[in-house]
Amino acid sequence: MSDMWESQCPLSVLQQRAFLLSKIREFFFHHNVLEVETPILSSSGNTDVNIESFTAEYINTDFSKSYLRTSPEFPLKRLLCSGIGDVFELGKVFRKGEYSKTHNCEFTLLEWYRLDYNYKDLINEVQSLLNEIISSFDGQESESKTITFHQSFLKYLHTDINEVSVNNLNLKCQNFGYSGSQLSKDEALDYLFATQIQTQFNPEVFTFVTHYPASQAALAEINPNDTSTSLRFEVFYQGQELGNGYQELRDSKELQNRFIDDNLFRKTNNLDTVTIDQNLINALNNGMPQCSGIAIGVDRLLMVLLKKDSIQEVMPFNALNS
Amino acid sequence: MATVGINEFKNGMKLLINNEPWNITDVDMVKPGKGQAFTRIKIKNLKTGRVVDKTCKSTDKIESADVMELEYQYLYNDGETYFFMHPETYEQIEASKETVGENAKWLVEESICIITLWDNNPIVIMPPNFIEMKIVDTDPGLKGDTSGGGGKPATLESGAVVQIPLFVQIGEVIKVDTRTGEYSNRVKS
Repeated sequence: MSDMWESQCPLSVLQQRAFLLSKIREFFFHHNVLEVETPILSSSGNTDVNIESFTAEYINTDFSKSYLRTSPEFPLKRLLCSGIGDVFELGKVFRKGEYSKTHNCEFTLLEWYRLDYNYKDLINEVQSLLNEIISSFDGQESESKTITFHQSFLKYLHTDINEVSVNNLNLKCQNFGYSGSQLSKDEALDYLFATQIQTQFNPEVFTFVTHYPASQAALAEINPNDTSTSLRFEVFYQGQELGNGYQELRDSKELQNRFIDDNLFRKTNNLDTVTIDQNLINALNNGMPQCSGIAIGVDRLLMVLLKKDSIQEVMPFNALNS
Repeated sequence: MATVGINEFKNGMKLLINNEPWNITDVDMVKPGKGQAFTRIKIKNLKTGRVVDKTCKSTDKIESADVMELEYQYLYNDGETYFFMHPETYEQIEASKETVGENAKWLVEESICIITLWDNNPIVIMPPNFIEMKIVDTDPGLKGDTSGGGGKPATLESGAVVQIPLFVQIGEVIKVDTRTGEYSNRVKS
């Protein structure tokens, strides 16, 4: 269409976007967290089975292709292993096939790591950052509430996820409108969480969901007190998932195994396997400091702050006219 | 049969589900933070018009339906079968009374209709949005009454009945919106 050239995002929104970015930088400047810029294009990628990467031509001939980053996690962790200390990055990331009111295949991510923080310390810092930002946008500061993944299913779906069978979970999904192929336990939990649980959180408070199942640990540490759960958490506000954090996995062998398992899953499910980041494994092997980290979707945060219905409304251009 | 990955879905794509052709009218994605992505689609049954929601894993695949929408000129009917002709190739196509259904009353000879073909068989006949037809019967009404308030039923050449203003008379040609079945205006001949 001929009017596609024009940005649908008003100037005032772009000004508020610039203001938000400056507030984020100000927060970390005051807390002595260093801003860095790491590569957007890499010879290795993210194996995560639920995230697809854009690929490009190779950077050097040792590899057949390169990947656009899906987050700055790996290079930031390599910096942590070389002793950089508290660090953050604010930049563009890319995820293939993601487009909805709350997804855009190119978006802005804020990711930061804090040395010697456990996941609870980081939850507190996320709350202070969000409240500082909300105040600077003349909003009302919020309380936070913490609930474990297991408790959230008990409370909102009266389901004990440690006891329930996969068939039973599939039946529940069908009752709530699912009509696709048979789901694994984790997939069924994903569906029920996204459609039935997340939607019931009080929109006015920050809800931190902690202790995701070990099978959904991603790169979080397994809970030393209960190996069926992990020290991964997510934060929800105004009905939106804003961020995903970990008390970080530091064991290089375990990291390597998770990458290999991801690629095995990819192979059996006809997904492209991904070149594993050997530099990251070597970095962890060298020793990673105890730390916690989180990534927050900046576009979604702005969408919530400005009470918009879609993240495309807070971007100058989006996946449909980029 | 061709299949489409659900993550490739777009509005207007035609699917074959339970051996029926469906049109996608809305696509949305549901994705928990780090989890499996799901695609929620609204689909409309091309034969019955029924609309349903369907949510699948974004990695699922569904068979696509070989559905095309083409313009044909309506020729005539013999009471059981309706005959149409492609305006450029002159190729003729037949549709049963059942397929034409309610829309039969809007078929004016030589008008261009949109025919939905599924595996090359017509399943939906859409008349043009506006058609012109002669009134064959209506009450004479009161001469000189031009107020917009009242109306009266009128029977058209095809047998269709529409509400028309009081001042319109037998023998006049009117324009009708086939989507709503409402009178639009008089056509001066």
